[in-house]
Amino acid sequence: MDNWKQNPRVFWTLGLPPSIWLLLFFIIPLGFLFVMSFSDKAVIDGQISINEYDYLTGFSNYIRAVDPLYLTIMWKSIWISALATALCLVVAYPIAFGICFAPNRWKPLLLLLVVLPFWINLLIRTYALIAVFRTRGYVNEVLGLVGLGPFEMLYNDFAVIFGLVYVYMPFMVLPLYATIERLDKSFLEASLDLGASQFQTFLRVTVPLTMPGIISGVILVFIPCLGTFLTPELLGGANAIMIGNVIERQFKAANDWPFGAALSFLLMYATFGALALRYLFTLRSKGVGV
Amino acid sequence: MSDAIVSIRNVTKSFGGGITAVDRVSLDIAQNEFFALLGPSGCGKTTLLRMISGLETPTSGQIIIAGEDMAFTPPNKRPTNMVFQSYAVFPHMTVEQNVAYGLKVTGVPGDEIRRRVGEALEMVKLTQLATRKPDQMSGGQRQRVALARALVKRPKVLLLDEPLSALDAKLRDDMRLELTRLQETVGITFIIVTHDQDEALSMASRIAVMDRGSVQQVASPAELYEHPRTRFVADFIGKVNLIDARVHRQIGRKIDCEVRGVGRMELLSDGLVGAQVAIAVRPEKLKIASQEPSSAIRVMGKVRHVAYFGDTSHVVIEAADGLSLSVNVQNESRHGGSGVERGQPVWVHWSPEDSIVLTE
Repeated sequence: MDNWKQNPRVFWTLGLPPSIWLLLFFIIPLGFLFVMSFSDKAVIDGQISINEYDYLTGFSNYIRAVDPLYLTIMWKSIWISALATALCLVVAYPIAFGICFAPNRWKPLLLLLVVLPFWINLLIRTYALIAVFRTRGYVNEVLGLVGLGPFEMLYNDFAVIFGLVYVYMPFMVLPLYATIERLDKSFLEASLDLGASQFQTFLRVTVPLTMPGIISGVILVFIPCLGTFLTPELLGGANAIMIGNVIERQFKAANDWPFGAALSFLLMYATFGALALRYLFTLRSKGVGV
Repeated sequence: MSDAIVSIRNVTKSFGGGITAVDRVSLDIAQNEFFALLGPSGCGKTTLLRMISGLETPTSGQIIIAGEDMAFTPPNKRPTNMVFQSYAVFPHMTVEQNVAYGLKVTGVPGDEIRRRVGEALEMVKLTQLATRKPDQMSGGQRQRVALARALVKRPKVLLLDEPLSALDAKLRDDMRLELTRLQETVGITFIIVTHDQDEALSMASRIAVMDRGSVQQVASPAELYEHPRTRFVADFIGKVNLIDARVHRQIGRKIDCEVRGVGRMELLSDGLVGAQVAIAVRPEKLKIASQEPSSAIRVMGKVRHVAYFGDTSHVVIEAADGLSLSVNVQNESRHGGSGVERGQPVWVHWSPEDSIVLTE
């Protein structure tokens, strides 16, 4: 679209439908939720209404949201997401690196294997994990053969983190792959040639030069982890509740849209914070862009 | 050669799919030499350089550097450093950090690093730009960083992969002189890979001409130009007229041969009776005359094309039997240029000793 100024008609013809789509189904509902977060349920005849609202009544929902109960859940969501993201990075980096250095004819197949889980519904994949980790699951059966276990691996933080790493791994592998693939391999060769060991080369050259990919991957994994509700719902049981579950319950079970909207926006501000951090990083590092 | 710093013995490098990039190459490169590996792209010169650096390992053979077989020693354990074709200057480090990198990772103390980096930057005239990042520099400056970064390690051998190919013409000439000066100053063996014969001829003290994985000839620039051993070398280095000839008999140290379009002549060479050979003559060794000259080798022809180049003119002359000869004429007078024009019948003549008999 370099020459859209020369072809404004083409530009508008192509650009208008998606713009309208975004406006109707994203911006307007988001604006509605934003207004909702400052609203309260209407009280009619001393009864709290189910579907009537008093709009723009104030910050009461936000004040409720900073209650230690929710802050604890928020904090827990952040560290679970952070841990899952870190694990994703540690596991995905060697995978991405391996694919980049694999013979060219293998690359499409290996990338396909990375995205293959996307072809299966998230719910089914998560249930499959239950089959793997339950008390009489595959892991415990194998451990049982060597006289270990059975271990309780489901319905705790471990299960949630494992589930998140499993589900979001491709989001980490793909941006890492894109950056490493575009990294000029002569930088690595130059580093070795100058006397650095493989490990030094990795730390001092590879990691800094692929930082944009690392940051993209971290953001792509961390943000959906933070808002996730399905994985903790199925794998976490009662005590592994995350902020996504709280929000989901406000909109469904509790039918408290104003409070749910306020929590959603708090989560969104946290996300903006993460994106701002990414922007600062890209300003500082002059590596390969994504 | 007893004082060889790099000794390549029977080195072969095969890649998958039956491709042999380097085929049984043996070379000795002396201490303090400015050595060039010259050849067309795909001739294996870069692969050979990368094997000396350790970035590739040979399929078979020995690579002896400073008296030790290092064919399988990793690059970070070799006394060689490389200036990459793309320069590979780390974009996330300043000029100073780039130059210091190789010292830092090998645990050289901080004050020594500072001193040596300062010296190296001075040597390549980059002291002013020490705190710049590579993306704020020109290609020529980045190359100087790459040079300083390699030289600061005080390698026994400096390897340069097509160092001038990415520079524009003016800068290339400056850098040629600069590299020669640097080599004389630091007294390190330089091995340069290039596909540009001018580059090799003007900088190197010795050149190995490579073609399809093997070394065709190793000699000084003048020797390569005046005494090429194969058709490939004669053709690759400078311009040349290659004329087919057939050897009839051997008379002492001379051969009596029938040269296409020219006739019978006797030339210095031996042991080739019945063979199909090529006579190579450089265009500047040919002379044009309007009257029949007295030279032993003369041929009548017609001027087909004249190209004027200021100092010289390139004249193409068509003779009998489809023989086409290129002649370089010095434009000595300000008037008249080459003195010949298209369509004009002329005599071309040259001395037998300017004819090189090529059997390969």
